[in-house]
Amino acid sequence: MPDNFANGTEIEVTNLNLWYGENHALHDISINIPKNSVTAFIGPSGCGKSTFLRCLNRMNDLITSCRTEGNVGINGQAIYTKDVDVVDLRKRVGMVFQKPNPFPMSIYDNVAYGPRIHGAKKNAIDGIVEDALKAGALWGEVSDRLNSPALDLSGGQQQRLCIARTLAVKPEVILFDEPCSALDPISTSKIEDLILELKKNYTIVIVTHNMQQAARISDYTAFFLLGDLIEFGKTEQIFESPKEKATEDYITGRFG
Amino acid sequence: MFSNAKLNEKIAFALLKVATGLVVAFVLVILYYIIYNGYSAINLEFITDMPRNRMTEGGIYPAIMGTTYLIIGSMAVALPLGILSAIYLTEYAQPGRTTWAIEMAINNLAGTPSVVFGLFGLAMFVKYLGFGPSIISASLTLALLILPVIIRASQEALLTVPKEYREASLALGVTKWETIRRVVLPAAIPGMVTGAILSIGRVAGETAPILLTGAAYFLPRLPDSVYSQFMALPYHLYVLATSGTNIAQTRPIQYGTALILLTIVLCVNLVAVSVRSHYRSKMRR
Repeated sequence: MPDNFANGTEIEVTNLNLWYGENHALHDISINIPKNSVTAFIGPSGCGKSTFLRCLNRMNDLITSCRTEGNVGINGQAIYTKDVDVVDLRKRVGMVFQKPNPFPMSIYDNVAYGPRIHGAKKNAIDGIVEDALKAGALWGEVSDRLNSPALDLSGGQQQRLCIARTLAVKPEVILFDEPCSALDPISTSKIEDLILELKKNYTIVIVTHNMQQAARISDYTAFFLLGDLIEFGKTEQIFESPKEKATEDYITGRFG
Repeated sequence: MFSNAKLNEKIAFALLKVATGLVVAFVLVILYYIIYNGYSAINLEFITDMPRNRMTEGGIYPAIMGTTYLIIGSMAVALPLGILSAIYLTEYAQPGRTTWAIEMAINNLAGTPSVVFGLFGLAMFVKYLGFGPSIISASLTLALLILPVIIRASQEALLTVPKEYREASLALGVTKWETIRRVVLPAAIPGMVTGAILSIGRVAGETAPILLTGAAYFLPRLPDSVYSQFMALPYHLYVLATSGTNIAQTRPIQYGTALILLTIVLCVNLVAVSVRSHYRSKMRR
């Protein structure tokens, strides 16, 4: 398993186990995720890849029956210890969801939402919104209608707005949970370009059902099956010379 | 076979239409009856004057004001209390025995006859807390009466707010309370207002609870504080129709009172509906 990354390690996970009630959903996951790179999680439905992604910003805390054991460190700081402020953690580790979920507010207010609550100065917000929308590759399309409803945007634009909203909070890591599964091919390719652009400044982890997408945009790929991390390596290696039989079967389309 | 299904479709459709038509017809008949009999009593004096000559002449101004005070007083208490408990129950309370018990209590409260609320108000507010028969006793009693309606409607409204909004906000490192305040509540307000609309009709129309807690048979002046007794439209109507000094002679006044009561409820509802649609359209922005 690789752990000597060119840009260093961002996320370190050791022996992570997770249960939904009695159901043991993640078994002893250990993985190091590199800084300023794109890491893709692939695997068939129900393999635990989304569940694992949601461990990295503790979104699973919202599920009462969910219990975790093991260690997750982000930038050297353990996130499952008692003294960790989950709210603060989620500022550092942003998340973009499967279905675009802008708030029923204006485009501007969506992006300004996070910074406002986190206490950004009033006169700084215009700049933050503009920067975030530019970084989210949406500025050119919406700069003349910032006050129109976010829900009037197309699905792809809404998803880029959600990315901009996440960027406005200035996270270190961005988690993408199948961000393109509800989008058409053109919107998908815009998001993929954006992700490649974002990895210069952020560590990206993306769950995807689409193996071509993983191959196109990721530097590293982790393959999950039935709650186990089967194989993790450079994306070329996983796709061209997988070490595990199960990985090869999945990639060549024998199941999934 | 085929034509049979078609026939059944026609019969079902006709039944549904008749049922709906009947409902509308009843409403129209009641409205027509009240307007037809009541409009002759309505004039400026009727709504701005005190009752005179043993309530056989003059206006119903104190009753109009009394009912208005009751609406304001009970809503001022029940809306915040109901909405806050709905937020607690929906957003914070962990499912378990206590929560179940609370939910059951609310259901039972909703099914309790209003006269029982009146007796409780009499014992609690009028006697024990010493508010006496008064606007405050009656408003508090009515507030308790509509509390379950408001809690239920608010809970439903909160539950219809998509989980995606909450997740999006929490994932931005926003606390749960800020998430509720800034995203969930604005989205739930239209539904909550619906609960309030339903309760206003109840507050304006209930007779038994106020009869026991402060409504006066006759009071030729406005209440001068929240601790005063008051007249209210539904009780005034009851008094005129059953134990007035001259029931036959005051018939037009009775219908006029009913008409004014209906109009007040309608006006308050219109305000509430416009508040609701204001928030709905704001939600799009």
